[in-house]
Amino acid sequence: MDFKDYYEILGVKKDASQDEIKRTYKKLARKYHPDVSKEADAETRFKALGEAYQVLKDPEKRAAYDQLGSNYQAGQDFNPPPNWDAGFEFNGGDFAGGDNADYSEFFESIFGHGFGSTQGRHQRRGHNARGEDHHAKVLIDLEDAYLGATRSVTLQSPEIDSSGHVVNKQRTLKVKIPKGVKQGQHIRLSGQGSPGMGSAPAGDLYLIIEFKPHSIYRVDGNDIYLDLPLAPWEAALGASVKVPTPLGPVDLKIAAGTPGGRKLRLKGRGIPSKAPGDLYVITQLSIPPANSDAAKALYQKMQEELAYNPRSKLGV
Amino acid sequence: MNQKILNGILLDEQTELSLIDLCCACSSSEEWIIELVEEGALEPVNLQSIGKQHEQWLFTADSLQKARTAKRLQRDLNINLAGIALALNLLEQIESLEARLRCLEISTQ
Repeated sequence: MDFKDYYEILGVKKDASQDEIKRTYKKLARKYHPDVSKEADAETRFKALGEAYQVLKDPEKRAAYDQLGSNYQAGQDFNPPPNWDAGFEFNGGDFAGGDNADYSEFFESIFGHGFGSTQGRHQRRGHNARGEDHHAKVLIDLEDAYLGATRSVTLQSPEIDSSGHVVNKQRTLKVKIPKGVKQGQHIRLSGQGSPGMGSAPAGDLYLIIEFKPHSIYRVDGNDIYLDLPLAPWEAALGASVKVPTPLGPVDLKIAAGTPGGRKLRLKGRGIPSKAPGDLYVITQLSIPPANSDAAKALYQKMQEELAYNPRSKLGV
Repeated sequence: MNQKILNGILLDEQTELSLIDLCCACSSSEEWIIELVEEGALEPVNLQSIGKQHEQWLFTADSLQKARTAKRLQRDLNINLAGIALALNLLEQIESLEARLRCLEISTQ
């Protein structure tokens, strides 16, 4: 397990005041909140910030962490010494983590787990209350949105066993992913949430669609973007080239004199729906390497015969 | 094991949710959703129903995404409802500006 430097995560000095820690955290939390930030690792950073702040905002936890951490650096292998926390008292229970508090192994090894996870889960009223609704993310491939698919979803839900302990129960559901789903949309599965109390019905399960990052396509709503490398002669002379799409390759005509960075639209080849999205091809020039005498000779010939100055617009 | 394949309902642009549906789906109280509507952060599709019985309100599925974002912002950043309404509004504006920017990039090339 790696040691986590909570000061480094927040970007404050080890002797920062409580006030400074609070201000820095609030600023960074707004910046990296996954609903606000467009950065790919926003969620991970936001969680790390939250964890660092849970420790550093509490003078007792901070003192314990400081004592423990004085010999470690971030990323260093870490094992808590036995009875390291003798003499510290934690009040616990005041975590604002909400329903998805999940802390690192490092955090749990120091402060234990179970903080905050008991609140908010069981607010059932009366004897015939409808079961709670649950939410879960389901990661799908872009191709699934074009063709539809069946995906297995594994869910973990805390349940109370016969001896009164909270255990994480796993269940796997097979779910049909309809054609045309978009990033962020919900699929509702009736009756797959928590069981109801008494004669009341079970809650529903909401699956939130998220696309796995694709090796060649980028997704934006219904539209898909693809970078398409072109050889210099294809861009200069024009050509018909094969372009991959999630439903298989198509032929695309490249006009003579196409520069790099041009966006070409393949209408209706985005994610299908009543108003299907488009596929945008962004041209890129790919320069063949001059790695043989013949190739070098060709480039030298171009240099001599074309007398081309790519920087003429810069006045040099 | 031959497991049954579950068929869910895709909540797309055409789906309409009642106030109760929306409350259940984001584990919030009716009052909280009503406050979001009063702040203008959420809007029922049948606008003429706003002054009437809450039971008649209908929301589009993207209200569910908005309400859940609102909930996370309130929980994680401690923002009040007016601030949430502003944040949702600004996020929407950023999104539409980015879409316009992409269109302009295409037409100027």
